[in-house]
Amino acid sequence: MDGTETIAARPGADNAAARECLGAPDAVALRAIKLTAGYGNRAAVREVSIDVRRGELLAIVGPNGAGKSTLLRALSGALRPWSGTIELASRPLAEYDRRALARRMATVAQENPVAFRFTALEVVLMGRAPHLGAWRFESAHDLQIAREALARFDLTALAGRAIQELSGGERKRVFLARALAQEPEVALLDEPSAFLDLRHVAEIFGRFRELAATRAMAVAVTLHDLNAAALYADRVLLMKDGAAAGYGRPEEAMTAERLGAVYDTEVYVGRNPATGALAILPIGAPRRPAV
Amino acid sequence: MSGVAPIRERQGGGLDEAGAPETHDYLTRGRALGALAMLGAILLVTASVALACGSVHLSLLTALNDPASADRAILMGVRMPRVLMGAIVGAVLAMVGAALQALVRNPLAEGGILGISGGGAFGAVLAMILFSQFGGSDVVVPVCAFGAALLSTLAVYRLAQVEGRLEPLTLLLVGVIFNAFWGAAIMLVNSVVNFYFTHSILFWLMGSFEAPTWHEVAIVAALGAGGFAILLGRARDLNLLSLGDDEATHLGVEVDAVRRTVFIVTSVMIGAAVSVSGVITFVGLIVPHMLRSLFGADHRLLIPAAMLGGAAFTVAADLIARTAIAPAELPVGAITALCGGPFFIYVLRQEGRRTLGL
Repeated sequence: MDGTETIAARPGADNAAARECLGAPDAVALRAIKLTAGYGNRAAVREVSIDVRRGELLAIVGPNGAGKSTLLRALSGALRPWSGTIELASRPLAEYDRRALARRMATVAQENPVAFRFTALEVVLMGRAPHLGAWRFESAHDLQIAREALARFDLTALAGRAIQELSGGERKRVFLARALAQEPEVALLDEPSAFLDLRHVAEIFGRFRELAATRAMAVAVTLHDLNAAALYADRVLLMKDGAAAGYGRPEEAMTAERLGAVYDTEVYVGRNPATGALAILPIGAPRRPAV
Repeated sequence: MSGVAPIRERQGGGLDEAGAPETHDYLTRGRALGALAMLGAILLVTASVALACGSVHLSLLTALNDPASADRAILMGVRMPRVLMGAIVGAVLAMVGAALQALVRNPLAEGGILGISGGGAFGAVLAMILFSQFGGSDVVVPVCAFGAALLSTLAVYRLAQVEGRLEPLTLLLVGVIFNAFWGAAIMLVNSVVNFYFTHSILFWLMGSFEAPTWHEVAIVAALGAGGFAILLGRARDLNLLSLGDDEATHLGVEVDAVRRTVFIVTSVMIGAAVSVSGVITFVGLIVPHMLRSLFGADHRLLIPAAMLGGAAFTVAADLIARTAIAPAELPVGAITALCGGPFFIYVLRQEGRRTLGL
């Protein structure tokens, strides 16, 4: 056990101590430099360099098979990169032991299968595991954190339901609540909005924006929905064939020209008059407009 | 479990709806202890009935009060070791079933079904035949049973992986093939050895608790207790593994280390059980499944509950085996398989669609 672990393990002191060792908001929490990773002998991510900063939401977008999920898996430590480095709080990821890593970084995968009939609350309480010893039962403090996480994702009424009985969207929110119960400094979310309806998409991004702001959490999400990326992300990484095709503020990363090249179809980029964010629409092969 | 009150009040800040019963929200220490006390009581009652009943009528009171009585001699010399052995082997099989199911994320996984017990039985039979003339086979037989069980575990696990993913159906099919393979291997050995061994081999194929020695009881008890302690220590990791390897990794579990530990421990436990009682199938399937539907899926309760529940179940099965057609005996493995076959189909139909994607 090293010094950083004991700091992170003390509840309550989390925020202040974490901020102390990671620096102020906007400081880089997670950094990848020339990261290459893949499966078998196929590289799915090639020489990608990104920063995930505290207090911000970074969206990773791109077509199917662009390497978004692979990048996220490598960043989470589940997939060992072929080359390049990943640093969490300026320390190589490989130097952390799994439990220490789990106290600082939470990951929610695209699909969330559960083998047995655990209740929603039990799944969320599993987020407390990295903070607990092998033999200990959850304390009142852990339970409170889990219940708050459930409430934050509108799940309080479903706490006692078996996870298998929930809809795809409800289950996804349970896993997001579990990530929150980990009290991480960095959250990596793979397609968090995939099964959600409009209201819950808005709510989820609202929640994570709020967490970024109040807890200086660094959030990275992969997304298919370019408009959601434009609306909610502070910065965007646009990927194609495993490499970065654009990186920066939404306006910089997602120009009509870049998107056209990456998605191989004509794209309209304008402004949404209601929000002022980019509005991105495909143009290719339209229906003839009604006269 | 309605008798056990929730030990903590709700802390949701008045947002809760009254719908979901609080006791099933999550596992508390109080709920766990309540469940274990209940199972312990069931085990005690079952064991007492099993000690009192048998082909010879016996008074437990006489046996306890009069050290010189025939009742005492039968109780301590015959029934007690048999009931104890049944309890220990049942406990071991049910705990192993629960742990393996968590590890491969498949409610149908079990030592007998996956062919691990079959491998252990083959190892035991082979060791018995090869080393019988040298003596000391009560060490060699369990060691060989363990070795063959571990080999089967690793082989089944590797072969069931398709492109790095453990496919639930492939796993069961590989188990079927291993069972057939080990069964055939034992039959092959059976056909070339003399009549004396033929009986022992049949015994291994069907499973029985006939006349164990106190020495055997002690060895299996020690290995079972050690295995229990190690599995209980991994109980939270087994919970997290239910979410998948990646998710467990993200929650701080050293997945490969846990998997290695559990494979070795369960193989030792199955090896020990098989070397004294042969192949007893389905205990590891039926007991954890029933306990999960009663008490929830949390392995911090499931592992100790499987120990008590498996012991009670197997003692009861053995009681039926030796009293149903007394004074003749049925093999206990036949009783558990007769219950287990239909139960397997039932679970497959119930859970198949949801958990196995059928």
